[in-house]
Amino acid sequence: MGHQVPDAGSVGIVSTATATLFSVENPLRMSNGADLGPVDVAYETYGELNEARDNAIFICHALTGDAHAAGFHEGATRPGWWDNLIGPGKPLDTERYFVICPNLIGGCQGSTGPSSINPETGRAYGLEFPVLMMRDLVAVHRALLAHLGVDRLLAAIGGSLGGMQVLQWALDYPQDVANAIVIAASSRLTAQNIAFSAVARRAIMTDPQFSQGEYAANGVSPETGLSIARMMAHITYLSEDALTEKFGRQAHPAVDEPGLGVHFAVESYLDHQGKSFVERFDALSYLYLTRVMDYFDPFAEHEALARVTEHPVRWLVISFDTDWRFGTEHSRRIVRRLEHAGQPVSFREITSPWGHDSFLLEIPDYHATLRSYLQRAQLEVRS
Amino acid sequence: MSLRPDLALVAELVPAGSRVLDLGCGSGALLAHLIAAGGCRGTGVEIDPEAVVEAIGLGVPLIELDIDTQLDEFADASYDVVVLSRTIQTVHRQVDVLTQMARIGSRLIVSAPNFGWWRHRLRLLRGRMPVSKDLPHAWYDTPNLRFTTLLELEELFARLGLKVEQRIPLSPTGEPLKVTGSLANLAAGAAVYVLKG
Repeated sequence: MGHQVPDAGSVGIVSTATATLFSVENPLRMSNGADLGPVDVAYETYGELNEARDNAIFICHALTGDAHAAGFHEGATRPGWWDNLIGPGKPLDTERYFVICPNLIGGCQGSTGPSSINPETGRAYGLEFPVLMMRDLVAVHRALLAHLGVDRLLAAIGGSLGGMQVLQWALDYPQDVANAIVIAASSRLTAQNIAFSAVARRAIMTDPQFSQGEYAANGVSPETGLSIARMMAHITYLSEDALTEKFGRQAHPAVDEPGLGVHFAVESYLDHQGKSFVERFDALSYLYLTRVMDYFDPFAEHEALARVTEHPVRWLVISFDTDWRFGTEHSRRIVRRLEHAGQPVSFREITSPWGHDSFLLEIPDYHATLRSYLQRAQLEVRS
Repeated sequence: MSLRPDLALVAELVPAGSRVLDLGCGSGALLAHLIAAGGCRGTGVEIDPEAVVEAIGLGVPLIELDIDTQLDEFADASYDVVVLSRTIQTVHRQVDVLTQMARIGSRLIVSAPNFGWWRHRLRLLRGRMPVSKDLPHAWYDTPNLRFTTLLELEELFARLGLKVEQRIPLSPTGEPLKVTGSLANLAAGAAVYVLKG
């Protein structure tokens, strides 16, 4: 029996629902002018929407996340990806808040993405899937809110690519979002950030099995390319100190003679990360969603802050001091833009040895900040 | 919520409806009061993690940064009032901090403990560093880094072109004192200044 009884503080057994938010007749009009339909979105919710409908918190997931943020799927031994944050008595307290987490459009965990069937051809979209922009992700989030009967969120929260969605959403539709919580994110990738993504995409697209994106029709997948992309990205998610502490120069497996195979523990760890990733993630989703980040530059737009100036949002921006993927300078830039526009913005740089991945971890100072912020936010919404 | 007396005094010097930057805001009591009772908007700056979490819990917008080196984050003339309350003695770069404050805001409120208070002078005569109810720390565990008298603080203001519009000398228990001129440097345990850049 692998089944583990949920801990106290767990939302317990949960399941993923699916909503069809757009159809062929009523398609999603995308940023690039293309129409997309149908659009299905997989999502989970935890806690109850209250009568005033003012206690909803929307979670935007990062590049490789999914709708399963908290609790356990029937028979599963591992909880959702943000379970340390969401549940009774946790900072996103499901006794107080109604928590919503969808899988992104373009993803591969139940929502419509490039591996879904194109109704026009009867085959997977592949590279015919329209290029996604941050606004397209937000448009689908808003459609899900309407579907759930929520007009205004107490908060939208996300880390990394998730934080970028929150930023775009609150800038474009400030009346949707009372509080915007942007964690370990960026308002504009640097050349180094884009360079890492470029190598990842090249690894995938030059895998012989990629077949111009039509690998699914051939019953294969560019696993080598996707696992290399994941291995490299994973290095950027951890700090050098974190890797040193976890692995140092330990040998694993033990090998008597020097050679070119897997010898160090860190190599075997990355190998495992790459291999397990290809079992749950689709290469085309990886291409499309990394590209969303590359193009993201919301403050470059004329009048980017006009709407939010008219309807101020309360902001909480958080970075981690050892994050070198989207380091503190990325968050400071967001804070500067918002603060210079007179927005009520709070910013914290949390001390953590774990690098970019810190946003997923239970770091006391980080969780205390979110708890305190959300409790206050709820008081203010009610007054 | 009742405000600590020294903060209540500062609060009275902030015009209603101002945009206020409070440097070294601690747990945010002053700003929370100004936002709730004075119709102000504002931002606090603090670096102590516990105080930061407390301020966030009070609904005070708070930016964590180092006052000594990171005030560049704020734009020119972006606040009506910039407050530095009992913090000037804890920073390394007084000149930079005051210059930045004058760049960011038009009205500056600075309060500082006075190491020239007569009781401190007596302690020094007896060969001991100043310690009082207001400055309770031994020399080896004080958060205060730079010690000044009111006389020399005012000399610095003058050197930086900061005009003293108002000076409120305080007793060691924080009540305003009715002393004027150079006597304040002897009689006051601390003082609050309103400056114009």
